[in-house]
Amino acid sequence: MSITAIRTPLLKVANVSVRFGGLTAIDQVSFEVYPGELLGLIGPNGAGKTTMLRSITGVVTVAEGSVELEGESLNRLATHQRIQKGLALSQQLVKPFKKISVIENVALAAGAHFTRSPLKALTHVSQKAELAMAMTMLERVGIASYADQDPAIQPLGILKRLEMARALAQKPKLLLLDEPLAGLNSKEAHALASTIQDINRQGVTIVLIEHNLGEVMRVCQRMVVLDNGRKIASGAPQAVMQDAAVRAAYLGGDLQADADMQKEAAHA
Amino acid sequence: MGYEISLLTSMGISVLFALSLNLITGFCGQISLGHAAFLGIGAYLSALLSKAGLPFLATLPLAMLLAGAIGIVVGLASLRVRADFLAITTMGVGFLFVGVVRQQDWLGGELGVSGIPESGLSKIAFMVLTMVLCVVAALLCMYLKKSWMGRVFNGIAEDEDTMRVLGIDVPMYKLAAFAIGTALAGLAGALYAQHFKFIGPDSFGFIESVTVLSMVVVGGIGSVTGVIFGAAMLSALPAWFQFIGDYKLLVYGGLLFLMMRFSPDGVTGLVRRLAVKGGAK
Repeated sequence: MSITAIRTPLLKVANVSVRFGGLTAIDQVSFEVYPGELLGLIGPNGAGKTTMLRSITGVVTVAEGSVELEGESLNRLATHQRIQKGLALSQQLVKPFKKISVIENVALAAGAHFTRSPLKALTHVSQKAELAMAMTMLERVGIASYADQDPAIQPLGILKRLEMARALAQKPKLLLLDEPLAGLNSKEAHALASTIQDINRQGVTIVLIEHNLGEVMRVCQRMVVLDNGRKIASGAPQAVMQDAAVRAAYLGGDLQADADMQKEAAHA
Repeated sequence: MGYEISLLTSMGISVLFALSLNLITGFCGQISLGHAAFLGIGAYLSALLSKAGLPFLATLPLAMLLAGAIGIVVGLASLRVRADFLAITTMGVGFLFVGVVRQQDWLGGELGVSGIPESGLSKIAFMVLTMVLCVVAALLCMYLKKSWMGRVFNGIAEDEDTMRVLGIDVPMYKLAAFAIGTALAGLAGALYAQHFKFIGPDSFGFIESVTVLSMVVVGGIGSVTGVIFGAAMLSALPAWFQFIGDYKLLVYGGLLFLMMRFSPDGVTGLVRRLAVKGGAK
């Protein structure tokens, strides 16, 4: 029995199925996320990673199964209620609010204690404390020098970090990162993956959905692999990548690519 | 002198009405094409209660309360739908209001309500009251814009899905904007009934809803000073120029179109861009 099995999971996904009309996008998937871990959720295009994430955040409803945070079912809760319970999402398509500065974007997320109820929001004006906290978050993701800039003109690398700072400012129990490395060049991706690793080491539990296998294997402690909506493997990165089913899913029997991948696995 | 006082009073009522729509459409980004219905609810309630013997001033809070309460009901029913659908839904609410009022004898039917009793205030005092209420509403809007509620409204206007991901109860905030905005419209309606001494279903129809929307758009969606300017100008124009009065819809429709095409942020945006240009020289 591994050590993770005897701890209580922070997030428990149990037998979740998601259907769109006749199409089964997620089929009986179960996995757990334990406090303090950095879990990689990977799979080829169309495997259902983003749908899985959306069933955790409540953007799509699950047909069967349950999603629990700290033993409490999230199934019946709307997205904003799940966020209030302690989830935070860094979206794949970064969407900063363009009419306010970078730091104000983060401060808006940091002001959750005011924005929970309209009445509290109406009776509070100052955002001094939230701006200070936002600055800490910007420092944490390494873009403090961009604080007063206009987010509309920032390059993707900065925006990805802004998105992450905004999620962190919500002080989440569980941080969900949806392809944060997508669209970045290898140097930027490497740097951001290291930042994610640092944030995890500071005690934030993270689920990382990623295409970039090399970086996922480098930073994640454990991986869950989806293919065609099913979970096909889970475990330590090295072991998972040796798994025949995983290799078949990713490479479809392409021998050259298989060899490359083994090399990459050995490298990481 | 009497004419100027009367004109200033009706300008003030338009400003108050436009500020109320600006709260919903400008601050929170929710298009309403039926806002005149809430002006009408306030007007009818105040007129009928005045006729029943209630002092005019006492009808003001009641008009706000009823318009706000109906605003919440409409909000609950329609806030699940999004942007363009909301425009259609609110338009339907506007038509529904006119349709219902037309059929009800106790609301005066087609003939409307006339012979609304005097408020007991002189013309000047009534004008001052209207102005004071305008100033209070403007200050409330400016405060709201600076508060956390204003920040949330801005976010919802720009991207409500991202606000959900930030844990914001989006429908609740939209409802709050609707409640405050429709209550203020009800207040403007009570002043309207008292000022014109006559109200009928056509006073609060689709044309009135589009008129107030063009006031907001021409002034600058979301800008408090811009909307005050837009509402004051557009309500005074028909009085100053006879032909604008004759072709009111044409002029307002044209302005709405020109603004959306060339300066979507209204006069406020126009002035800002000119100032930037001037500063750059």
